[in-house]
Amino acid sequence: MNTALAIPAFGPVLPEIILAAGVLALVLFGAIRGEGSSGIINILALVLIGAALVAVLMLPSERVETMGGSFVVDSFAKFMKALTLIASSAGIILSLDFMRRAGINRFEYPILIVLSTIGMLMVISSNDLIALYLGLELLSLSSYVIAAFDRDNVRSTEAGLKYFVLGALSSGMLLYGASLVYGFTGSVSFPTIATTLQGSAGFGLVFGLVFVAAGIAFKISAVPFHMWTPDVYEGAPTPVTAFFAAAPKMAGMAMAVRVFIDAFPGILGQWQQIIVFSAIASMALGSFAAIGQRNLKRLMAYSSIGNVGFALVGLATGTSEGIQGVVIYMAIYLAMTLGTFAVILSMRRGDRMFETIEDLSGLSRTHPLMAFCLAMMMFSLAGIPPLAGFFAKFAVFTAAINANLVTLAVIGVVTSVIGAYYYLRIVKVMYFDEAVERYDAMPSGVRFVLALSSVFVVLYVLFPAPLTAAAGAAARSLF
Amino acid sequence: MLGFGILSGLLVLPLVGAAFILTLRGDSEAAKSNARWAALATTVLTFLLSLVAWSRFDTGTASFQLIESHVWLTDTIRFKLGVDGFSMPFILLTTFLMPFCILASWDSIQHRVKEYFVAFLVLEMTMIGVFAALDLVLFYLFFEAGLIPMFLIIGIWGGKRRIYASFKFFLYTLLGSVLMLLAIMAMYWAAGTTDIPTLLQFKFAENLQTWLWLAFFASFAVKMPMWPVHTWLPDAHVEAPTGGSVILAAILLKMGGYGFIRVSIPMFPDASHYFAPMVFALSVIAIVYTSLVALVQTDMKKLIAYSSVAHMGFVTMGLFSMNPQGIQGAMFQMISHGLVSGALFLCVGVVYDRIHTRDIAAYGGLVERMPLYAVAFMIFTMANVGLPGTSGFVGEFLTLLGAFQANTTVSFLATTGVILSACYALWLYRRIIFGVLDKPQLKTIMDLNRREMVILAPLVLLVIYYGVQPAPILDAFAAPTEALLKSYEAALATVKTAALAAH
Repeated sequence: MNTALAIPAFGPVLPEIILAAGVLALVLFGAIRGEGSSGIINILALVLIGAALVAVLMLPSERVETMGGSFVVDSFAKFMKALTLIASSAGIILSLDFMRRAGINRFEYPILIVLSTIGMLMVISSNDLIALYLGLELLSLSSYVIAAFDRDNVRSTEAGLKYFVLGALSSGMLLYGASLVYGFTGSVSFPTIATTLQGSAGFGLVFGLVFVAAGIAFKISAVPFHMWTPDVYEGAPTPVTAFFAAAPKMAGMAMAVRVFIDAFPGILGQWQQIIVFSAIASMALGSFAAIGQRNLKRLMAYSSIGNVGFALVGLATGTSEGIQGVVIYMAIYLAMTLGTFAVILSMRRGDRMFETIEDLSGLSRTHPLMAFCLAMMMFSLAGIPPLAGFFAKFAVFTAAINANLVTLAVIGVVTSVIGAYYYLRIVKVMYFDEAVERYDAMPSGVRFVLALSSVFVVLYVLFPAPLTAAAGAAARSLF
Repeated sequence: MLGFGILSGLLVLPLVGAAFILTLRGDSEAAKSNARWAALATTVLTFLLSLVAWSRFDTGTASFQLIESHVWLTDTIRFKLGVDGFSMPFILLTTFLMPFCILASWDSIQHRVKEYFVAFLVLEMTMIGVFAALDLVLFYLFFEAGLIPMFLIIGIWGGKRRIYASFKFFLYTLLGSVLMLLAIMAMYWAAGTTDIPTLLQFKFAENLQTWLWLAFFASFAVKMPMWPVHTWLPDAHVEAPTGGSVILAAILLKMGGYGFIRVSIPMFPDASHYFAPMVFALSVIAIVYTSLVALVQTDMKKLIAYSSVAHMGFVTMGLFSMNPQGIQGAMFQMISHGLVSGALFLCVGVVYDRIHTRDIAAYGGLVERMPLYAVAFMIFTMANVGLPGTSGFVGEFLTLLGAFQANTTVSFLATTGVILSACYALWLYRRIIFGVLDKPQLKTIMDLNRREMVILAPLVLLVIYYGVQPAPILDAFAAPTEALLKSYEAALATVKTAALAAH
């Protein structure tokens, strides 16, 4: 009785508390100061995220449960939270100049980003189905709003609406699946579910598992629940797209790992086929559908679908190496996607933004450095050594080979070659085609993000060991 | 110095040169000239450094030398470099040919000069890396990394169909290589390491060997290139600028052969034995069929490209004949072909720079205006044919000798390739150099200038020198060949005893 009344340990929840308390203060501050306060609130939001990042890094490395067992902190949570916070801060930094020029620099934007970040951190640390759902809803609801943030723009509002309708559907599916899982196991807590389910599962539970998987697949935009991605990516303001391509992907992938590895390790055989199917379909669709795209944001949407497929290859193994692969993949994917969007955000002349592939024509003549960085991102996304993307693919495919998923690995590398075609096409347009006019100078925030991610992508080959070791520790904490 | 040795120096030096060129500002003539000289100085220094490495290299032993090993991806996937008798000659060939490529691009490359030389220097680094890597992941890394600069070289500075050629080159070789990557991963889990010296001692299960061999074969056969996956080569060769063609023919193609001798044969002896007839068949088809295809070409570069495929057929045939003559002959053939085909592409570049066409019909009677050129071109043509006294003869003779011991039919059919190569090569020579000089644009053509003489003269000397005195190269291969065959036969013997015991 006493334990139920005792105050839970708040230490492990400190990053979330910092963000939640801080963001409420920011709302008040913004409401009092009014429209002109977006600049200072952007900075304060970055400070908040920075503080949360420090708090995350100071968390203990061993597994700690709190809040009555619904909240868990371990090395895996630490690592993924750090990635998410980096992605969120990049989402704000990339938006600074864009929002001001587009005339939509309202103070709500950083606040919504922070709110959705809280949701992400909750999802990453969730240890039961209810905590998972709560975090997911907080993340999703804020995302719907920022997708439609350019509210006078038809494309942006359409993106927001589409995202909302489909997102609500997927949340419903997840909830339905969760209720079935609860019904058949008698618990919502992941460890209890894991001990209940050993070896085989009944039809009803598998039914629920499929619905849970569907809800998760929607969040990480894995095939067959990817339909929203190209439209939302294209319609949303570009910095928002960059944010969507980065932060929620980190949280979503962490959520997938949490659910399947923490709650259903005993029935690997049941969910492995779902993940294998989704991985193959995502990789194939990401490669083939991107070939016909002309719009860079749509292209990146398909690219992100493909990349999620590659990360799922790691998850499909269900082994410690596989999860290590997922973690490495997401970290490297983060750098590649942020770098690419930084370049897309720099394609501006006066008030006009450009976003088709042809607009990159001859970029190597007009902006050699920018073209070089984007070319490195593209080669890296294609998985060509010695760039970081190669090591990401290496990590997941090694795990797949070790888990005897040879067919999956072969299909994976073949689709990566097909995908290389459209990444190469961007390099071709930049380097082989005639130059068009110069773009405006790059805003400093964008330049900062591009510089950091390029350095990471190009020089990762020299020091791959630290990330590998950290990802290995993160993965082992789940087993 | 932190344990970094001479091989790391060979990798870093070209990068330093590339970084220096990148710091040059502006697009003026002076900047272009500085970039050229910097590139030349870098490649010459790299060559000198590789000579230092050669002087410290002991040809008497089959073991790896100049080894350095650094922490890299994990405890067992390390940044490990080292050379033996198989790899050292290739490193020398690479560093030796690079200055010629730079010189060949001196005047013909006029736009984006800095980028061109940076791409070349980076390419040089990756090629040296392939031959010096003693870890399979590192080997793969360099093997693939070379695609990026080559893609840009073909795509930016290439001919009319450069974009098609660059994409085909990139995707073709990438598709072959990713399967090799999966095989490397499988080896990692089977043996617990990707360290090449350790893997050379490791015995893979027979069933696994078959799959691994096929995966590596997919990559090396495309790179080599073997019939029927050679079709990227004529396109890439034809569209690449002269320097790029030289590197493609002389070095990049050798990576496939090097891969066979470094990985496939010693690590998967049973599978190599099992698949040898298939390799023979493909080699013979390559030799005969591509020689016939070469006969009907109207484009000089394409003709030489097809002749390269035919000559690589001799290499694969020699390698898989599994006797000292065959393997040494194949290795010699690769070095010799590196010199000869490189020189032939340089020769094509000489007239292309003047007339800007590769169409054979546009030439004729060049001997009247360009006697020196005619002499140099003749020597390389003869070497390409395999005339005794040139380096081409030694390689072809030894591979045929080796193949004769393994399979007389194969060697009989392959010998017809020698005749065919005489047909197309001499006919090419006749159409370009002899005949009546009646084309108006040829009437004022100038003979070799000093730069071109500097490029071609050393190659002429080497081709003849190694034709009469092949021992210096063959000695380098001798010890590792012997070790390779010993372990190969030991592996086959255990399989045979096991099979007998089972009966």
